[in-house]
Amino acid sequence: MIEVNLDLAVQHGLTSEEYEKIKILIGRKPNFTELGIFSAMWNEHCSYKSSRVWLGTLPTKNKRVIQGPGENAGVIDIDDDDVAIFKIESHNHPSFIEPYQGAATGVGGILRDVFTMGARPIANLNAIRFGSPDHPKTKHLLNGVVAGIAGYGNCIGVPTVGGEVEFDSCYDGNILVNAMNIGLAKKDKVFYSIASGVGNPVIYVGSKTGRDGIHGASMASQEFDLDSESKKPTVQVGDPFAEKLLLEACLELMQTDTIVSIQDMGAAGLTSSSVEMASKGNIGIELDLNKVPCRETGMTPYEMMLSESQERMLIVLKTGKEKEAEKIFKKWDLDFSVIGILTDSKNLTLKYDNKTVCDIPISALADEAPKYEREWVEIKKPEYSGLEKKLDKINLEQTIKNLLSHPNQADKSWVWEQYDHMVMCDTVEFPGGDAAVIRIHGNNKKAIAASVDCTPRYCNSHPYTGGMQAVCETFRNLCAVGAEPIAITNCLNFGNPEKPEIMGQFVGVIKGMTEACKKLNYPVISGNVSLYNETNGVGINPTPTIGGVGLIKDISKVKNLKFKNKDNNIYVVGKTIGHLEQSVLCYDLLHLKKGPPPSIDLNDELKNGKAIRSLINENLIDSCHDISSGGLILCLLEMSIASQIGFKINTNKKSLDRIKFLFSEDQSRYIVEVNDQNKNSFENVLSDLNVFFENIGKTSEKINIDNDLKFNLQELSKLNKEWFYKYNN
Amino acid sequence: MKANVIVFPGSNCDRDIKVALEKFQIHTTMVWHQEKVMPNSDLVVLPGGFSYGDYLRCGSMASKSTIMNEVIKHADKGGYLIGICNGFQILTETGLLPGALLRNKKLKFICKYVNLLIENNSTPFTSKYKKNAKIKIPIAHNEGNYFADEKTLYNLQNNEQIVLKYCDENFNINDESNPNGSCLNIAGIINKNKNVIGMMPHPERCVEDILGGTDGSGIFQSLLS
Repeated sequence: MIEVNLDLAVQHGLTSEEYEKIKILIGRKPNFTELGIFSAMWNEHCSYKSSRVWLGTLPTKNKRVIQGPGENAGVIDIDDDDVAIFKIESHNHPSFIEPYQGAATGVGGILRDVFTMGARPIANLNAIRFGSPDHPKTKHLLNGVVAGIAGYGNCIGVPTVGGEVEFDSCYDGNILVNAMNIGLAKKDKVFYSIASGVGNPVIYVGSKTGRDGIHGASMASQEFDLDSESKKPTVQVGDPFAEKLLLEACLELMQTDTIVSIQDMGAAGLTSSSVEMASKGNIGIELDLNKVPCRETGMTPYEMMLSESQERMLIVLKTGKEKEAEKIFKKWDLDFSVIGILTDSKNLTLKYDNKTVCDIPISALADEAPKYEREWVEIKKPEYSGLEKKLDKINLEQTIKNLLSHPNQADKSWVWEQYDHMVMCDTVEFPGGDAAVIRIHGNNKKAIAASVDCTPRYCNSHPYTGGMQAVCETFRNLCAVGAEPIAITNCLNFGNPEKPEIMGQFVGVIKGMTEACKKLNYPVISGNVSLYNETNGVGINPTPTIGGVGLIKDISKVKNLKFKNKDNNIYVVGKTIGHLEQSVLCYDLLHLKKGPPPSIDLNDELKNGKAIRSLINENLIDSCHDISSGGLILCLLEMSIASQIGFKINTNKKSLDRIKFLFSEDQSRYIVEVNDQNKNSFENVLSDLNVFFENIGKTSEKINIDNDLKFNLQELSKLNKEWFYKYNN
Repeated sequence: MKANVIVFPGSNCDRDIKVALEKFQIHTTMVWHQEKVMPNSDLVVLPGGFSYGDYLRCGSMASKSTIMNEVIKHADKGGYLIGICNGFQILTETGLLPGALLRNKKLKFICKYVNLLIENNSTPFTSKYKKNAKIKIPIAHNEGNYFADEKTLYNLQNNEQIVLKYCDENFNINDESNPNGSCLNIAGIINKNKNVIGMMPHPERCVEDILGGTDGSGIFQSLLS
């Protein structure tokens, strides 16, 4: 018997105060298994102890929200009794240690969160961030993560339709792998995780339990140091084939009238799934661990409860339905075992070899989990640094070429061509555009749009503005394809919350997001928090990845960013002010990293977005692209490269003013293509809505700016495309 | 026309091919891999995607499934049999088609539209295309690198068994237009009796403009004619 003491508790990531609290809660010293269970439930990853106070301030409701945060995933109404179910989650720490399996199981985990609720997953998205391309680990991590996402998503047969890839030296020691999934279900066929009905059987289905991933959630709640490599055994191993079987078996079971509730075994495996289900239902649960299907011999109760083996589910069935359910899982060659029962004790009771090895109140594990109001300092918007003065002399022609061939702006097809983005045959817009568009299967008219975004350099400079901007950018991307933005999911990646300045970043981002979500009626319905993204005491840029989902009512009206014809008019919708600080030009190309990010007027954001949607709805524009990182010039070039149609514009500006016009990242702007026939109606619609717009030129064969900057489109396309291929060769 | 689509554990393009077949009014039945008998049909499809996770050599587990006895009988009787992507891999594993599909030359999964040249339009699967026409159909595979020994390749050419080849926009068949390293840029082959075809591209993914193209339709229209 292993002696439990404070040292052991500390090794489990608990503080001495937390250990004392455990002893008071259960009125005695926990045994080894119980200590493991407490550490799994009370770590940052599972308990949200540092973030819960602030997460509670986010808006979570609008007319279309059916289920907000607190379930496996959020649910929104998309008409006709259809619902979309979605969530984003991080798998940062494991992916740094073992990129292929870390990323693969990140995809697997988020898929399970969605199909647990009764949805068939229809789209994967991801946001992946790496250190500097020059860092010795980056190439290996990039290749491993992309292959892992591909390996899992392609095999299970869910298209990976969109995402972000970014490089920044702040991620040298902590890469980010955030995976999002969207599923589709019928409104009356959504399943939840609230356990109910004393005496109902508790079922384990899926893969067997092994020793992989023990303490994975605890690892994700700690900073890295030089020994991180030694944590490889805590990374889980994915089996997408088993998950595909589990998906089909669960969806088949959901067609029968047998399920009370269902929950996937994710972080902290059997422990968190059983405790969460029981806690939500305010009920007790008793498990016989001898009945847990094990992959390895001699597994102890401690190991079984803390394993993070993948592709497993816990289900509460209606009494007497065991045989009917078992038949389905046997058909799919999956393990099925009745491992326990719901009780009226309100305790988590574990039996092994006829002995009680754990008996603790559910409330002690869940409701009584620590919740900290961490100390934080407000991070003020930095002063203007006057760096514009340093820009006067740049060579514009070369700078534009550098912009297109910078890894953050380069064409990402090397990445997304490794993902099957077409399987299921409903992908309307391929990756590379503003938002992915996925048709609702069997419905020829309707689609959902989705986009994942964040601009971490803005968040680092001023978290409040950065948080707001991340929400707005997804909103803009959805509007740009003609979708009505409905709700978001968030993945909040930060450093160590015990440092007041990091907590200040967190609070600032949450406050900024809250403002944007409120104004845009665009609430948060699910998400996850990843803290302690630090190595040797250095944290990442705060990175609140936002996944936005919107509804397209008429798929035939969808617009993309490809120019459609030569000699059409090019307009900028929204006001260009000329804010250059924190732009790609300054930050990535010139390494001038001081100053505030561009500010956002939420009234304009809402107004301009609505205007774009009505222009698309009335068929008055031919193509549309939102202006984001890289400014107006990158936006135009992307439209050209995608269509191989050039542009001829007049800025009517010189030197610094022209640089500002081309490269500034002022918010709430779009570039649209309008043909002559629609020109008057287009201008009338925007004037009526009081939206600022300016005509800057026309689409044409070549690229020509103010008659003094001319580019060969083929050459630019090649520059844009080749970075990833050269880097990975 | 009637079709059976075989469903293996882990199949994931089975629904896609069913939707495409039904779009062309081909009555489609899904047949589970453990079945001992198969409903009568004109066409059997081994769908794309994965089977058994393909942790072993792609298609090798599926080629030993119970239902494959019926599928082989169907082909021996002259029934139409098409293997798409993983289905093509299964066909080479059963020996119904010669050669093997190795890992892509660059060792990466590739999902994209590619140009294909119709080498042979006198097959029941390609009669609606013009000979030497160029079509665009997506590929999505990690193991599509067609390999066979010199003699087999010689025979394939001699017997006009090569149906589809990878090419570029300008009809060039060379290393640059070869996405995966296949011998002779082979994307699809047929057996000597011209009733069993294997192809890496996914025609079911391009039968609607909104999905990016309709060049896959020719396969289904050919079968109906």
